[in-house]
Amino acid sequence: MTRRRPLGLLLTLLLAWLALYPLLIVAADAAHVDAIRAFVTRGSEWSALWGSCWISVVSVILAAAIGVPLAFLFEWFDFPGRKLLGSLIALPAVLPPLVGVIAFLFLYGESGFVARAAQYVFGLREAPWRLQGAGGILLVHAYSMYVYFYLFARAGLARLDAATIEAAHALGAGRWRTLTRVVLPLLRPSLAGATLLTFMTALGSFSAPYVFGGGFRVMPTQIVASRLNGEDALAMVETVTLALLALVALALLRRTEGDGALYALGKGAAPRRRVIRSRAARAAAAGAGWVLAAVLLLPHLTLILVSLVPYATWTTEAFPPVLNLDNYRRLLAEPARLEPLVNSLWMAAASTAGAVALALAAGWLVVRRRARLARAIEALVALPWALPGTVFAIALATAFSVSRPLAARWVLVGTAVILPLAYLVRNVPLTGRAILAGYRQLDPALDEAAASLGAGRWASFRRVSLPLLSPAVAAGASLAFVAALGDFVTSIVLYTYDTRPISMEILSSLRLNELGVAAAFGVVLMVVSAVVLAIGVRR
Amino acid sequence: MSFLSLEELRVRFSDAAVVGPVSLGIERGEILALLGPSGSGKTTLLRMLAGFETPDGGRVRVDGEDVTGVPPATRRFGMVFQHYALFPHLDVGGNVAFGLPPAAGRDAQVAEALGLVDLAGFERRKVQELSGGQQQRVALARALAPHPRVLLLDEPLSNLDPSLRERTRRELREVIGRVGITTVFVTHEQEEAFDLGDRVAVLAAGRLEQVGTPDAVYDAPASLFVATFVGRANVLRGAEAAAFGGTPGAILVVRPEQLRLTDRGVAGVVRERRFTGAHAYLSVELAGGVRLEVLADPGAAAVGDRVSLAAGRATTFPEDR
Repeated sequence: MTRRRPLGLLLTLLLAWLALYPLLIVAADAAHVDAIRAFVTRGSEWSALWGSCWISVVSVILAAAIGVPLAFLFEWFDFPGRKLLGSLIALPAVLPPLVGVIAFLFLYGESGFVARAAQYVFGLREAPWRLQGAGGILLVHAYSMYVYFYLFARAGLARLDAATIEAAHALGAGRWRTLTRVVLPLLRPSLAGATLLTFMTALGSFSAPYVFGGGFRVMPTQIVASRLNGEDALAMVETVTLALLALVALALLRRTEGDGALYALGKGAAPRRRVIRSRAARAAAAGAGWVLAAVLLLPHLTLILVSLVPYATWTTEAFPPVLNLDNYRRLLAEPARLEPLVNSLWMAAASTAGAVALALAAGWLVVRRRARLARAIEALVALPWALPGTVFAIALATAFSVSRPLAARWVLVGTAVILPLAYLVRNVPLTGRAILAGYRQLDPALDEAAASLGAGRWASFRRVSLPLLSPAVAAGASLAFVAALGDFVTSIVLYTYDTRPISMEILSSLRLNELGVAAAFGVVLMVVSAVVLAIGVRR
Repeated sequence: MSFLSLEELRVRFSDAAVVGPVSLGIERGEILALLGPSGSGKTTLLRMLAGFETPDGGRVRVDGEDVTGVPPATRRFGMVFQHYALFPHLDVGGNVAFGLPPAAGRDAQVAEALGLVDLAGFERRKVQELSGGQQQRVALARALAPHPRVLLLDEPLSNLDPSLRERTRRELREVIGRVGITTVFVTHEQEEAFDLGDRVAVLAAGRLEQVGTPDAVYDAPASLFVATFVGRANVLRGAEAAAFGGTPGAILVVRPEQLRLTDRGVAGVVRERRFTGAHAYLSVELAGGVRLEVLADPGAAAVGDRVSLAAGRATTFPEDR
């Protein structure tokens, strides 16, 4: 017992320094009477707070309205193309937030393909709409977040015991009654999980409000705007408010999740898929499915198409007249363009390696050694997930902009260290969750077997635990890598010119109206993300 | 001095969960069965031997060497786990080779160990593809391959189908006998303990109740607990004990096969008959309402018959305090 404590304590302190300490510094800095007064008295602050709340709630409703029916369609019915469509349907997940937003801009924005097509068809002088404000934000949220509801609800349906549905029918319940009284209550934990994930993602969402918001502000954009205006103290108050809002939402939503006891009874087989027999219905289902697939794929295709449009060749035409690989050539040939690509890759790799190492240490201490501080370690590992990215970006920017070595604060802002460190903090929950779950599934007797065969602790970890954990490590690492690679929200607060990541380069290309280059960066991000996820998150 | 000795070994998890102190000597090449109900501390004792649990006091010596503080990795005790704990990411050969140093001739050692358990040529098989009995043999080969000083088995047969247990038990006894290794195994089944163990150590509530050959434990149980836990037993008190010749104030324990139907004896009525093939178990109710279990020939009596019972060998214990 005595030999375990230093390691557990060391990891707890390290995690606390990374994930908790910066937040406490921000909280202390926010206790500033003038700033609090400004926050309370300004109408714009209240409207941003209200905006964050209602945007998140409506995002949940929209995502559920799309994702849940789709889950039922794909889990309960069989129709031509079901399998292929079922895998396409998760495609929004491979679009990093900012990339998804610019794809929407190119597609549905005022000079996007759809608007141009409408202009062309109806002979209009101006674009028929502008993709701005809450509507634009909600469109992007619905597109990118319905996946949570779809995946959670499908998993829940797959775990359902067909006998419970048959029992309801045998007791005289019709389809509707069975759905509302049996199926949906059994799905509650899945739907609650998806609600939590969607709400927290929407609350922390930055890219869509930043690009489409215009005058419409939510808390994350409000915080960045305050900092830009030099109102640092106000930004702290806003940050603390957003953090509190997130924690309150988390606490409330956790309660609706209930316990896992609902599944304990159901051990039977899931209901068999019903084959749609009527020809017309089959054709309708298949047709609707393919339309859906087209809608889902359009942002990706748009991005690819725009990336092939050379600079200043596309003005008023409905369809770009010139398509070639110029933008990609520039990406690789111009050192100023190649640099962000390299930056993003190494920063994502370094932060992922760090997050994996921390998660392995946490898993070993929490699950294997049952360290005294296990609960604290687990809570610290999960904490960054509960808070929006903007909160952490501001917290790190505040904590590490002064040199007070005695208070464990150094000037890291402006150095090459700060962004990888920020990615690391944000990624620890991703690797931590995967690797802790992996550790919990490992039979402790395997370690003992290795020990009884002469393997020491390190040999046992290397030869038994690590190979068996490798799927969990790969899953956690690939999620972390993709998140870091596509990060926008922390980058915009903490980047320096020398370490500017791809997302910042996309933003500056957009500002310079170099849409093709921005799209080419987006395609690179999308492809790398898809490849990494395909390798890492195998079943 | 015994080859493997446990001296005053004890560990305490809480006030309610104390194991030991246990002292026990095991001779070289001997097979010792640790028998006891669940919660009796037998697995804890085995894990202290293996080094997975640290005793609060006492020592473990093997061949004169004190190994109490030696970590499992350097203790050189082979162990077969209850659920085998085969490494799922390694094939059969990889599992067996795990404890062997990487050197020329390792393949031959693996082949030898697999041959020992009758799995020659199974090196490249995946462990998930094997049957339960084969997995158990791989676990045994893996434990034996590095030539450990002592073999420890945790409920080695509990994971197998009942139909497979008897055969596997025979094979296990044969392999251990061929290797001649000092073995300690844990079981909660008396038949298994008697069949495999040269000696049986009976544990109850963390305490060692009796150590002895199966015959001695069965015929001369050291305590009422051993008498009732090992084998079937009728426990008689007061008037019933006296009727069968017990001294006043003592408890009489009579095995079912030590009760016979006679012409003159203690009268009773057959209330149930359980037929097992070669024999029948009769439940005979005495005048006071006490029921005794009697092992008889199948045709000896029918339900409702009035019978008389006489006792052969019986064990006497003092009345409970």
